[in-house]
Amino acid sequence: MNARKIVVTSGKGGVGKTTTTANLGATLAKRGKRVILIDADIGLRNLDLVLGLEKRIVFDLVEVAEGRCQLRQALIKDKRFESLSILPAAQTREKDAITEAQFIAIVDRAADQADYVLIDCPAGIETGFRNAVAGAAEAIVVTTPEVSAIRDADRVVGKIAAAGKPMRLIVNRLRPDMVRSGDMLSVDDVCDVLSVELLGIVPDDEEVIDTTNRGEPIVLSEASRLRGIYDKIARRLEGELVPFTSFDGQGFFGRIIDALKAG
Amino acid sequence: MHQVEPIATESEPTTAAVKRGRAIVLTSGKGGVGKTTTTANLGTALANRGASVVMIDADVGLRNLDIVLGLESRVKHHLLDVLEERATLDDALIPDKHTEQLFLLAAAQSREKDEVDTEKMQALVSSLRERFDYVLIDCPAGIELGFKNAVAAADEAIVICTPEVAAVRDVDRVVGLLGNRFRPQLVINRLRPALVKKGKMLSVEDVNAILRLPLLGVIADEPEIIVTTNRGEPLALRKETATGAAYHAIAARVAGDDVPAPMPPAAKTSLLERIGSLLGRNRA
Amino acid sequence: MIEFLKRLLGYQGSSATAKERLRLVLMTDHLELAPDMIEAMKRDLVDVISRHVEVDRDRIEVNFERQDRTLAMLANIPILSVNRPNGNGSVKSESAAESKPKHKRAEDGAPPTRKRRRRKKAASPASSPA
Repeated sequence: MNARKIVVTSGKGGVGKTTTTANLGATLAKRGKRVILIDADIGLRNLDLVLGLEKRIVFDLVEVAEGRCQLRQALIKDKRFESLSILPAAQTREKDAITEAQFIAIVDRAADQADYVLIDCPAGIETGFRNAVAGAAEAIVVTTPEVSAIRDADRVVGKIAAAGKPMRLIVNRLRPDMVRSGDMLSVDDVCDVLSVELLGIVPDDEEVIDTTNRGEPIVLSEASRLRGIYDKIARRLEGELVPFTSFDGQGFFGRIIDALKAG
Repeated sequence: MHQVEPIATESEPTTAAVKRGRAIVLTSGKGGVGKTTTTANLGTALANRGASVVMIDADVGLRNLDIVLGLESRVKHHLLDVLEERATLDDALIPDKHTEQLFLLAAAQSREKDEVDTEKMQALVSSLRERFDYVLIDCPAGIELGFKNAVAAADEAIVICTPEVAAVRDVDRVVGLLGNRFRPQLVINRLRPALVKKGKMLSVEDVNAILRLPLLGVIADEPEIIVTTNRGEPLALRKETATGAAYHAIAARVAGDDVPAPMPPAAKTSLLERIGSLLGRNRA
Repeated sequence: MIEFLKRLLGYQGSSATAKERLRLVLMTDHLELAPDMIEAMKRDLVDVISRHVEVDRDRIEVNFERQDRTLAMLANIPILSVNRPNGNGSVKSESAAESKPKHKRAEDGAPPTRKRRRRKKAASPASSPA
């Protein structure tokens, strides 16, 4: 069992767990890693949709757990990458359809055949969350710079810390223009409040919606700046010290104001 | 069940029949589409029209309705305190800072959703319906116990969807789970008309072609919403804004007024465009 | 450009408000999630106060309140008796007079009253009851 088993979680729904899992997984795969993505959101699966693989689902996580098929039969290989596969969740079941022990066993089996196993965690802090975290050895906590999201992230950080697992933070959907105008919390603000080591800063990008519609992770698009962002995140995950992109970009006028204030 | 004393004064004299308010659950399946924001704004708009409204945060363990309303510092007792009879409703109901006749029953932060007894929840909502014109239940994300309890206590449902494939899929699932007891109405949230025009976002028609639900209204994606949550001042407090007005229109429709469904400007398709797409569909 | 003008005019953005509210709400959330910690705080607080005055441990109340821009802990600790400054006997509060005497009181003019034995070992040396 040599893979790193990482759960991507948040507490709050809709902050970008699935998008992060898909894009980070794709980026790692492009860098030559063997990646398996597991959708732990039983009943409300979306990882398949985000990757455009929804029509290729034959078996799912619950069927593997129930022994009705082998893991390799359920894994869907994404043909756009050298080694990226996903294990989809069941759509018509509930999160208690699988026990913690069963989930851990499946993650471990996946870990035997990969370098990275990324677990897309459901929203909330109930059974689905608990199972997903139990299967992982580390966590990536995703939040947006919004009050509700940060509050929920704090709860999740507490629970993962209690489970003794290391974690790092991705601040997603940052809007530098709103930070500059004082209408959005900055990355520093978020880190101050949560006190979790920063893994990445992802700016809000309206192209993401379109890519989800088309089932094509945005990192496949050469024109997108998010490609470079996720690449940096992947490198940091691998242990490289990569400086964070500065979104403060105040521009000419901003620098004048700062100079006036300081002077 | 714990007997409670009525609090607010009612302008209408009590009649022989027990007044029955409406219990509406706001749900979506997918998280982050705007259930809590919609609950806060709809509650504000309904109360602004003169109705008495109580909003219940059913997201036990991850409460946020309090913070969206700016009431987070006033939470002394919560839903589970009431259900487990450690506090009366009067202790637990928090009057809104900005709008009269609007109250919040906060969720517990340190408890879990499976600690909510379904029958007690139903009984609570039932008794709240005797005191309030509207009981709005802010449902947690997901389709597990939290969702089930929120739904069990309600008689009507509003489903909230963003124009994104994942959200639409989840709402579709939720509508299926809601079953025959409900005829849910739809709010489409966070529409970006510019993106719809460029073909980079599902349109209102696209969404409702799949969901086929009566449409209450459409709210545009506005950075201002983030600001209002930062401040704890729901946008419905500002009727002069497009989004504020939209929430008021939705409230009017919920109340049964014959008012058109609010749409962000430029989201409506022109007649020519509609003909064009109709032709397109026929060809395909 | 708008951002530039806003900053120039000293526009107070909502993010400052948000950060403060978030800070406070997280403190409250953390307290709500740690009843054990609150109990421990109460015990420690009472132990320290008891070194100076005798308190009614059973009727202590601790609450947390939002005050202006901070969270404050308000403790209500009923005092049963206070030693005289020169250690020459003590004055009891009314409630102490009503409650069962825990040990015999020395008469006025008698040698100084010994401090009560503490329930916890830590603080003051335990003394034998009078």
